[in-house]
Order: sequence, then C-alpha cells, then structure tokens
Amino acid sequence: MADFDQELDATGLNCPLPILRAKKALATIESSQVLRIIATDPGSVKDFDAFAKQTGNTLMESTEGDGKYYFLIKKK
Amino acid sequence: MSDEKKLAIIATKGSLDWAYPPFILASTAAALGYETQIFFTFYGLQLLRKNLNLQVTSLGNPAMPMPMPVPVFMQAMPFMQGMMTTMMKAKMKKKGVASIEELRDLSIEAEVKMVACQMTVDLFEFSTKEFIDEIEYGGAATFFEFAGESDICLYI
Repeated sequence: MADFDQELDATGLNCPLPILRAKKALATIESSQVLRIIATDPGSVKDFDAFAKQTGNTLMESTEGDGKYYFLIKKK
Repeated sequence: MSDEKKLAIIATKGSLDWAYPPFILASTAAALGYETQIFFTFYGLQLLRKNLNLQVTSLGNPAMPMPMPVPVFMQAMPFMQGMMTTMMKAKMKKKGVASIEELRDLSIEAEVKMVACQMTVDLFEFSTKEFIDEIEYGGAATFFEFAGESDICLYI
C-alpha cells in the first residue's frame, strides 16, 4: 500500500458524511499530500470516484476488504 | 462572473424525512465546489428553526416502510406520530445517517446561503427570533437573482 499523510476513519457513517468529512480533511493537508479514508458505506465507492473527478483531486487507490472500503486521495 | 457551478434549491417541506434532500444535496454540492443557495418557503421554513422538532408520519404516505402493518385508522392515533418519529430517528442513528442539525451545520459551515421566504414568515406570523441567525430574508425575485444564473435548480 502507498504511503499517506493523514487518515480519516469514516466507518459507520452514511452518505453524504464520508464525502463531507473527506472534504474537511483535505482542507487540512498540503497539495500533493495523500489522504487515506476508511469507510463502510458501499455507496462510497462510486461517490469517492465522482468526488475526485469533480474536485480535481486524484483517487489513487480504491480497495475493499473485510466489509470495509479504503481510498487514497491525493490533493491537487 | 465566477466559473463556479451553481445549485439553487427550493425547500417547501417541513417533515423529518423531507428535510434530508435539501441539506444532503446542498452540503454535498458545496463539498464539490458548487456555490449553493436554498430558498425556504411555506413548510420548509420549519427547517430553519433554532430548535428543530421535525416529525415523520405514515399518514398520506403509503410508501413509508413500516416494521409491521398498521391499519390507517390506527396510524391516526395521537401517539403514533411521536412513536414513528422516535423509531425513524433511532434507525437513522443506527445506520450512521446524519441528523438534520448536523447536516444543517455542515451546510452553514460550507457557506451554503439560506434564504427564508419573507411572505411565509408574515403569513404564519413567525418570529424571526425562532430562526437560526445565519439566514437572510427575501422573496421570489431574490430567489431568481441566484436561480437565473444556476446550473441546477431543484424544487423539493
């Protein structure tokens, strides 16, 4: 797994909270730093893809395991 | 003119279930970089109260999922609305769905502009002291000033 600079635990949260928390977390890191997000909302897979496309941040990785979803987003 | 996308929403409903779409969409749009405005009119004004007391009912709403079948005349009993509201809130909490208070706070924090319909305030003789401070008051023309420039306009 790639390195990351900050981690956001969004497990147990439902739409749209993982996205809103991620947006806030991204505001606290520098450009080209990486945020790792852990979520349990199955909808977050498509949502983080759409979030990244619309905000210009890069979704580097989107993986699944043990009912959890892991995302790596690089801030633009 | 800014090249930011714009979302305009009219919120007309004041029940717990219908409080969700405007705040979910507004807060998410703001997170995606949209400049967002919500115009609250008629029962939608209930969503701007400092102390929210939003309720949900299955009356007139046959699509609402119920844990067990309840005849309509029973649904009209005085205690039923309170019970359904309590059950709905408990279910939402269990499923990690945000409260309306939380989504409203997040929307305000994300600079979603909220406009209350002055005519409705006068019509129902609401006191503006009952509403949160972060709002403006205006009419239909105020709404169109923003909506006319919007990319998406929703009536909820």
